[in-house]
Amino acid sequence: MATVTYDKASRIYPGTERPAVDQLDLQIADGEFLVLVGPSGCGKSTSLRMLAGLEDVDKGAIFVGDRDVTHVQPKDRDIAMVFQSYALYPHMTVADNMGFALKIAKVDKATIRERVEAAAKILDLTEYLDRKPKALSGGQRQRVAMGRAIVRQPQVFLMDEPLSNLDAKLRVQTRTQIAALQRRLGTTTVYVTHDQVEALTMGDRIAVLKDGLLQQVGTPREMYDTPQNVFVAGFIGSPAMNLSTFRVEDGYALVGDSKVQLERDTVANMTADDKGDVILGFRPESLDRVAPNTPGAFPVEVNVVEELGSDAFVYGTLPTPLATASEVTVGGSGEGIVRVDPRDVPSKGDTIWVSIRPGEQHVFSAATQQRISTHAVQTDASRTLAK
Amino acid sequence: MPHITGAADPALMELPWDIPLSAWPEDRIAALPRGLSRHVVRFVRHGGNVLAVKETNREIAYREFQMLRELERMETPCVHAVAVVTRRFTPTGEELSAALVTEHLAFSLPYRALFSTALRKGTLNRLIDALSVLLVRLHLNGFYWGDVSLSNALFRRDASEFSAYLVDAETGDLHETLTDGQRSYDLEIATTNIIGEILDLQANEDLDEGIDPFAIGERLESKYGKLWAALTETETFAANVPFKVAERVRELNELGFDVGELDMLSTPDGQGLRIRPKVVDAGFHSRRLMRLTGLDVQENQARRLLNDLDEFRAVRSGGHDDEAFAAHEWLTSIFEPTVRAVPRDLRGKLEPAQVFHEVLDHRWYLAESAGKDVPMPVATASYVKHVLPLRPDERAVLGRSLAEMTAELPALTDEVGTEFETRDPFENDNTYAWGEVPAPEPGTEPPPTVRRATTRVPAPERSPLSGEIDERHQRAADAAEAEEDEAAASEEAGF
Repeated sequence: MATVTYDKASRIYPGTERPAVDQLDLQIADGEFLVLVGPSGCGKSTSLRMLAGLEDVDKGAIFVGDRDVTHVQPKDRDIAMVFQSYALYPHMTVADNMGFALKIAKVDKATIRERVEAAAKILDLTEYLDRKPKALSGGQRQRVAMGRAIVRQPQVFLMDEPLSNLDAKLRVQTRTQIAALQRRLGTTTVYVTHDQVEALTMGDRIAVLKDGLLQQVGTPREMYDTPQNVFVAGFIGSPAMNLSTFRVEDGYALVGDSKVQLERDTVANMTADDKGDVILGFRPESLDRVAPNTPGAFPVEVNVVEELGSDAFVYGTLPTPLATASEVTVGGSGEGIVRVDPRDVPSKGDTIWVSIRPGEQHVFSAATQQRISTHAVQTDASRTLAK
Repeated sequence: MPHITGAADPALMELPWDIPLSAWPEDRIAALPRGLSRHVVRFVRHGGNVLAVKETNREIAYREFQMLRELERMETPCVHAVAVVTRRFTPTGEELSAALVTEHLAFSLPYRALFSTALRKGTLNRLIDALSVLLVRLHLNGFYWGDVSLSNALFRRDASEFSAYLVDAETGDLHETLTDGQRSYDLEIATTNIIGEILDLQANEDLDEGIDPFAIGERLESKYGKLWAALTETETFAANVPFKVAERVRELNELGFDVGELDMLSTPDGQGLRIRPKVVDAGFHSRRLMRLTGLDVQENQARRLLNDLDEFRAVRSGGHDDEAFAAHEWLTSIFEPTVRAVPRDLRGKLEPAQVFHEVLDHRWYLAESAGKDVPMPVATASYVKHVLPLRPDERAVLGRSLAEMTAELPALTDEVGTEFETRDPFENDNTYAWGEVPAPEPGTEPPPTVRRATTRVPAPERSPLSGEIDERHQRAADAAEAEEDEAAASEEAGF
């Protein structure tokens, strides 16, 4: 077991100006399950491969425990890349399938058997050890493949989008299994995905990257409740947070013809660079349907209703944001999402009136896109995430 | 309607895309031997061709398609990607996996097919050598394979060696250049996979126990290391520089590589010269043969043909003839008559260049036993009569039994039944099935019958709720297994 430390580690591909990974500073605790997440091209896979030794570290350093592995060959790093796509050998027993790679590493037979048995116990495969893979179910075969990595007893497991070629149902199952298995093994794990739902459900902590830059690291709950900037706010959570740039007058954001009161200390954090605008964010579950004359209420024109049984979401048009001064405006198209009671669903073309629940505003600077709200926002959806 | 990207072949639409690949009708399926795969893969007859169809998800299919096309553009040995098929729906509207369609490489053999006939000593070594050359070529082009194995390559006979072709690029990545870490990790994966594959062959008694899988792994590493070093190493010369440089280029040509660019740099003390090959292209001999004769063959075949051509030119004119002129004469008076002497119905056995190589070998043996030179026409006639008919058909190889060759063991999909009833392993021997001749000589056994029905035993029923195997079925299956064990035990005991 070991910690992993990225110390201002950069990867700059030959012939490019902008680093693919830019001074990544990240400490991963012993036994932690850390998920690197971000859109394609954000540098998450490159970061993982730098740790694996597959990409050079052009600046900075990477440590596994106290050991600087920056210039160590992949096979000498005591790290295992886990594939879900290992081939199983049909004529070899489950035990041999799991243990043969140790023979290559010249581990003695008794130790191999010992490690295979230990891994089989964790994977619930003990009774199948002397059988052939064809006797196993799909899920069991997959666990045998995991077993191949486990018997190596590496310091760190690395997984790069391991679920990407599974169908949706199997993906959800496997996701749970991997997370549970990691907790049982207690081995430090770095996991890469583009899927923020996967990140929220699996990680002890999540690191969000964009354009090679680390945006924020935190527990799923922290990422959801206190996104540090507009990018993280929009990226984490499904359906996504509503985000738009609005003009602020006398402590109120002008949402169409309506006025939404902002919190006092938030307004105090605005600077001259914001030119009187803020980016206001609110999650679909932070809206209540109210009467049109309620203070802070604004209308939403219903375009599409998505009913998911326990929940229903309205995809609609919000009042046009009034933001004139900002150079960059967010969410100019006026699209928005509202969670509504599935037993009382409006029809397409209706106009519903909604207001943001008290204390559930996320406010960001229009100039820097950094968070200026001073408190964490807890919604009923965030309470389902691990702390 | 399925959506087909990539192929300029409307007939592709006619394939039954609305059925899962695993259930495609038998008359569509060509029984070709193949390696282990985690996806459903089938070889499909399509017009005059055989296509390989692999089911996978959409993103992976598109990615692999583009990767294969890119590799092909860079002239690395790989299969030709034909199309990606998406938006496949069953008649009831259920969506099916996307499919990647590649062309089956004619005269190619998966490694398992090479072991299913009696293994000639050294075959395995030659496969490993071929794979190491392929890996070096891919790495030179910046391709990180990620899942190197015997299963993910196809092999073609190339004179007395093999050439390897990449067939599965799913896990690969193209980079500007590879880091040492990427290369060494790729090699590590290769070693592990190959050792696993060999252990598996041994577990099934397809391969002699005497072969040491671990030595094979080391062979790959050392072959790869030597070739990589020869192609990329920086050398420093202090004296006799032009000769040393020419020598280095000649060595690379000998290995089958052209040197496109050479980096030369004076050493800091100004006394010596540092050289490093910058751009090397495989196919030195095959390009020379192509230029001289228009024949498009593999590297070692080209080497063999060129040797014969050079010898021909030396004997004819003492080497004074113009090279192009001699090449033309050799082509029309030696090569073409030899290849044409193969009866039409035996042409599916080997590629023409491979036939020529074997005739040359055959001629050598004839000459040795006769104690004098044997003219080419005599050697050809003897080869066509005595040797070629005994060779298996390799244009599109039929394997041992259809069931075995279409059996799959995907690591992940919970598929329908993987049990197959055992049948006579030779019953689907295709020696007589592909083409009409050779007619059996009197007194030999009658041609074996070909059964094309699947031998798949239906999967035990699983409870729709828990996914557990239904107990009654399980008991029946257990009983059958016990019976089988008993039979095996009594057989061992000598009954």
